[in-house]
Amino acid sequence: MAEIKNYTMNFGPQHPAAHGVLRLILEMDGEVITHADPHVGLLHRATEKLAESKPFNQSIGYMDRLDYVSMMCNEHAYVRAIEKLLNIEAPIRAQYIRTLFDEITRIRNHLMWIGTHGLDLGAMALFLYAFREREMCMDMYEAVSGARLHATYYRPGGVYRDLPEKMPKHKESQWTKGKDLKQANEWREGSLLDFIEAFADDFPSKLEEYRTLLEENRIWKQRTVGVGVVSPEQAKAWGFTGPMLRGSGVAWDLRKKQTYAAYDKVDFDVPVGVNGDCYDRYLVRMEEMAQSTRIIKQCVAWLKQNPGPVMADNYKVVPPKRATMKEDMESLIMHFKLFTEGYSVPAGEVYSAVEAPKGEFGVYMISDDSNKPFRVKLRAPGFAHLSAMNDMVKGHMLSDVVAVIGTMDIVFGEIDR
Amino acid sequence: MSTYKRQLSKDLAAHFSDINLTIKETKQGVICTVPVESWLEVAKALRDERDFDFDLCVDVCGVDYLSYGETEWPTDDVTYTGFSRGIRGKGPGRFSWSERRRETVANRFAVVAQLLSLNKNHRLTLKCFAPDEGMLVVPSLIDIWPGVNWFEREAFDLFGIIFQGHPDLRRILTDYGFIGHPFRKDFPLIGNVEVKYDEDKKRVVYQPVSIEPRVLVPKTIRRDSRYVDNTADQENS
Repeated sequence: MAEIKNYTMNFGPQHPAAHGVLRLILEMDGEVITHADPHVGLLHRATEKLAESKPFNQSIGYMDRLDYVSMMCNEHAYVRAIEKLLNIEAPIRAQYIRTLFDEITRIRNHLMWIGTHGLDLGAMALFLYAFREREMCMDMYEAVSGARLHATYYRPGGVYRDLPEKMPKHKESQWTKGKDLKQANEWREGSLLDFIEAFADDFPSKLEEYRTLLEENRIWKQRTVGVGVVSPEQAKAWGFTGPMLRGSGVAWDLRKKQTYAAYDKVDFDVPVGVNGDCYDRYLVRMEEMAQSTRIIKQCVAWLKQNPGPVMADNYKVVPPKRATMKEDMESLIMHFKLFTEGYSVPAGEVYSAVEAPKGEFGVYMISDDSNKPFRVKLRAPGFAHLSAMNDMVKGHMLSDVVAVIGTMDIVFGEIDR
Repeated sequence: MSTYKRQLSKDLAAHFSDINLTIKETKQGVICTVPVESWLEVAKALRDERDFDFDLCVDVCGVDYLSYGETEWPTDDVTYTGFSRGIRGKGPGRFSWSERRRETVANRFAVVAQLLSLNKNHRLTLKCFAPDEGMLVVPSLIDIWPGVNWFEREAFDLFGIIFQGHPDLRRILTDYGFIGHPFRKDFPLIGNVEVKYDEDKKRVVYQPVSIEPRVLVPKTIRRDSRYVDNTADQENS
């Protein structure tokens, strides 16, 4: 009998299941992985270095482009780092809006994850369902910021503007007319908050649809149960955060433990897994979507009751209103200085982290009293997760690599930065 | 959450009384600077001692302190020069490869680790400066927190800090065969080389960058005391 040797296989960087530009060098023994070496950096844009040459506010847009499926959470961490150094706080309404949009972002992210994860493991239909709802979340982004993906909505001192009174409607077209048009605009008669509320009321039934497709599905369970098991000790040692840590049964959520924005004022539960396998992490993320819906409803109710400012009243950081600039010399000067030079942030260093959908997204910022950050380090959750790739897939079959990549919920925008 | 900082600083000072630690407690957190010789010892104690119990190392990164506190547009005097006319010096992004700085400063490179204790819900920023003389070597934390593997590779790639004891210290984010450490402050923002497809050679080739450095807003330092809660803090920095 011929001797069988290990061989090396190249996976990606253009593989559809690689979720972007992951290049994996897999050393295989038959169909079993003996060593996996991920090569990352193919999407490296030096965001941190770019931020060093720009005034603070100009880098907010770069944060959207890191984890490009959970944009506003990245902005939140960055903006909060600046706010901490400046020692200012956003008004309460802005805090609620941030909470609301962080949770919309979480749903968006998890929908993207469940869609692609399902697609990778052979559940094609799910992808189409998930993207149907994700479209609604994109419309919310668009209504509030004008952009469907890269919002640049959070600013130091609050959010860019208040929620719009009118939700934009679909226009009649060749494809959407008559009954279809009426149905498409059904939720869009009132304000954005009405639209979000209608979405939040409806979304649990949609979650049930996904569950019908997956939860007891034999193939889904065969592909995920017992695959990529991570013990709580391993998860901590490898620096896992977010659903990857909670899937292993560690009840750790920054929204609860180191609360920020308005998370201490809303009621929600933190789901945890038991076995630490791909299936448990699937359950955790599904439940997180249900909990996000709960938070969204509470935020909507509060925001409807409590109008108020959404930006701090501080012209050193926040641009003055155009109307006041017409009359007030000081405002004009502030506006000019703010847009030509920016604001100077007191010297110091800060690490600010938020519970992004993928885990702890942190910004470590050093300022030297100048109008540009001296150093920004972005701590991406996916980077730590992917670094444990070898330990997680060792001994698994090649097809399980795809399941593990999916369960990590990796996005190369944030890993390569 | 916010009350633990005083206690943590006290515990640190008491526990490591024989090590020359610098502990800075700010409103944002506790920053502990450790001499590089004691880096591993302190890190190990911080993980194992029950007072600290830092079971998660969230992040490790490098910092280059060259050009810290340098301004491109002096604002301490009133002059006739306007905002764009009075720019002096080559700050971040404003120089090319041939114009890069050659001099260095003391305590230039630092390694910063963000620690997190899940049980106690504490955070700590642990910092050490790499030695200025000889090789830029800092002991690797990989035996204490295996998760720092890639973070240390990244700091090596971007700053050239060598982590002693790291089993697999390869470049991670930059291209195969990249030369230099791009996040150092003397590395130009526009980079050094660019790639293009060569029609004659029928392959992708490297060539010196053809773009000019272009940064619109100069770096300006203004000590705006209104945002500082502790004025003594600012004078020290």
